[in-house]
Amino acid sequence: MTIYLDNNATTRVDERVFSEMVPFLTAFYGNPSSMHSFGGQVAKAIQTAREQVADLIGALPSEVVFTSCGTEGNNTAIRSALATQGDRKHIITTQVEHACVLNLCKALEKQGYRVTYLSVDRNGMLDLMELEAALTGDTAIVSTMYANNETGVIFPVEQIGALAKSYGALFHVDAVQAVGKIPINLQNSSIDFLTLSGHKFHAPKGVGALFVRKGVRLRPHLIGGHQERNRRGGTENVAGIVGLGQAALLAQQNLPQMQSVQALRDYLETAILRTIPDTVVNGQGSPRLPNTTNIGFKYIEGEAILLLLDREGICASSGSACTSDSLEPSHVLRAMGLPYSVLHGSIRFSLSRFTTREEVDRLLEVMPRIVSQLRSLSPFSSDDGEWLQERTSALVTA
Amino acid sequence: MWNYSAKVLELFYNPINQGVIEEPVEPECAVARGEVGSIACGDALRLHLKIHRAEDRILDAKFQTFGCTSAIASSSALTEMVKGLTLDEALAITNRDIAEYLGGLPQQKMHCSVMGQEALEKAIYNYRGMALPHHEEDEGSLVCTCFGVSEERIRKVVRENQLTTAEQVMSYVKAGGGCGSCLSAIDDILAAVNAPKPITNLQKIERIQSILNDLRPYLQEDGGDVELVDVEGDRVLVQLKGACGSCSSSLITVKEVIEERLRRQVLSSLTVEAV
Repeated sequence: MTIYLDNNATTRVDERVFSEMVPFLTAFYGNPSSMHSFGGQVAKAIQTAREQVADLIGALPSEVVFTSCGTEGNNTAIRSALATQGDRKHIITTQVEHACVLNLCKALEKQGYRVTYLSVDRNGMLDLMELEAALTGDTAIVSTMYANNETGVIFPVEQIGALAKSYGALFHVDAVQAVGKIPINLQNSSIDFLTLSGHKFHAPKGVGALFVRKGVRLRPHLIGGHQERNRRGGTENVAGIVGLGQAALLAQQNLPQMQSVQALRDYLETAILRTIPDTVVNGQGSPRLPNTTNIGFKYIEGEAILLLLDREGICASSGSACTSDSLEPSHVLRAMGLPYSVLHGSIRFSLSRFTTREEVDRLLEVMPRIVSQLRSLSPFSSDDGEWLQERTSALVTA
Repeated sequence: MWNYSAKVLELFYNPINQGVIEEPVEPECAVARGEVGSIACGDALRLHLKIHRAEDRILDAKFQTFGCTSAIASSSALTEMVKGLTLDEALAITNRDIAEYLGGLPQQKMHCSVMGQEALEKAIYNYRGMALPHHEEDEGSLVCTCFGVSEERIRKVVRENQLTTAEQVMSYVKAGGGCGSCLSAIDDILAAVNAPKPITNLQKIERIQSILNDLRPYLQEDGGDVELVDVEGDRVLVQLKGACGSCSSSLITVKEVIEERLRRQVLSSLTVEAV
């Protein structure tokens, strides 16, 4: 039996989402752009999905552009903001963004754009004063997450947006982790672009949406036919879009249930802190998503923890260096300035509305044993000791 | 997910020889320890050896490891491999031996086997009261300051594992995997270690002569022959004999057969001229 506590990576497709999709993979295979009713009925289904997604985020249906994924939404928004404001050459983002924003910004730096990467504090929180100091009349776009994928820390997006507006900059929010987990209403918001991705809230992989505020200019990233009102070329992923719409409807209906997800997360967190010594919750001092906890188990290494959890059928993830090709631990936890003894042993547990109390109890049953097994192997057991002095100069954030 | 061998998983799930060797030990024995890595690097190993003084032999080995699956498995494997060996035999173990014992390691995890080899070396040098052949603490020779990797250590791993790219060096000793500012320095070390050794004039002439001798039977089959007249710098002067001397395709023979062969096997700058 699999106990899936990695819902910030991806989620299971809700059965009601799947059954809504099936007809569009079988009987209703028409092209929504076609001039016959066989295709026309498919276009209607897409319109319904657009309304469902718009309802979830408090937007107008016409403000929703379907995409293939979060990466596409983020790329489209940032590139478009630069293309439509040719005289502005400055981008502001943060050190803790997803790779698709950070690597895009690095590529744009090579093309001559200037990028400011805002820092975060020990709790993963931005400093609005630092943002204000970075803003200039040259700033084309401010792009930040709504909530962080690793720690769940929620940024004060409306305050960020208000500052961006005061300098005439566009404001983009990567809300991939937030949509479906916390209420979002874009009706009276300072947000110009907002990215969401279906597979983070029980729709399938390969479908997402970009909110583009009415009146904000958009240069399409994929240039093609007239789909999505000329804002995103390419024949629609009809079944995926229908699934996304149904998932948005279900997410909205289930938003009140996120309180019980949060209660379960808090139960998990409290129990681990109580039963396992030398553990810390990363980002605990900030507002966080209800489903996410990032716990540092000192003196042991995250990848080894994940393998022992995996043997128990429990799925989680780690920001440990050894889980990546890069050799460096999570850029998010490093930006927070966490000590290495915590960094390497950090595990993220992310829940969903499908997570049960029994599953969490099973985790709580095996976790103390796994931690003590690895600690019995470890030469470290405290923060002092002659040969484990941390190299403070090492691994500075670029 | 990493593709670990069955042996790696076996030694990770059920590690052998974990722990410390408590002192005092029998009077004829001594305990040696070797420590490498740090909590900042993400892996660290403290190796304990019980050594029989008179026999210079490792009687027991234990490990304490902070690190991932393959770091723990490499440490456990190492302790199994060294038991019963003399210290000189143990010093001959390379990181490749550890990786092979484990049925291979993912490329990005090869540094775990390097860590084992280094801890072993350190423990034995500590026991013998000798300085290590390379001093990582020597800041002057550090190439990668993020992970504290010296030039000598990079040279060693490049030589022993026939590495050709900075990415491979990163997988083996982590150098360059932090801020990345030393990557071009690693490129330079790779170029220096892998550069073909310069050859003396005499060696050059001997090799040219031996290659010409290999080619002669083929020319003789067609009633021709070739003889080395002189080597002036990169100019190889040969005399074509017999049928070759009057054959219209002899120029092709000289350029496409002899010159191509000499360039490939002796020096790429050589030119061949018939005199």
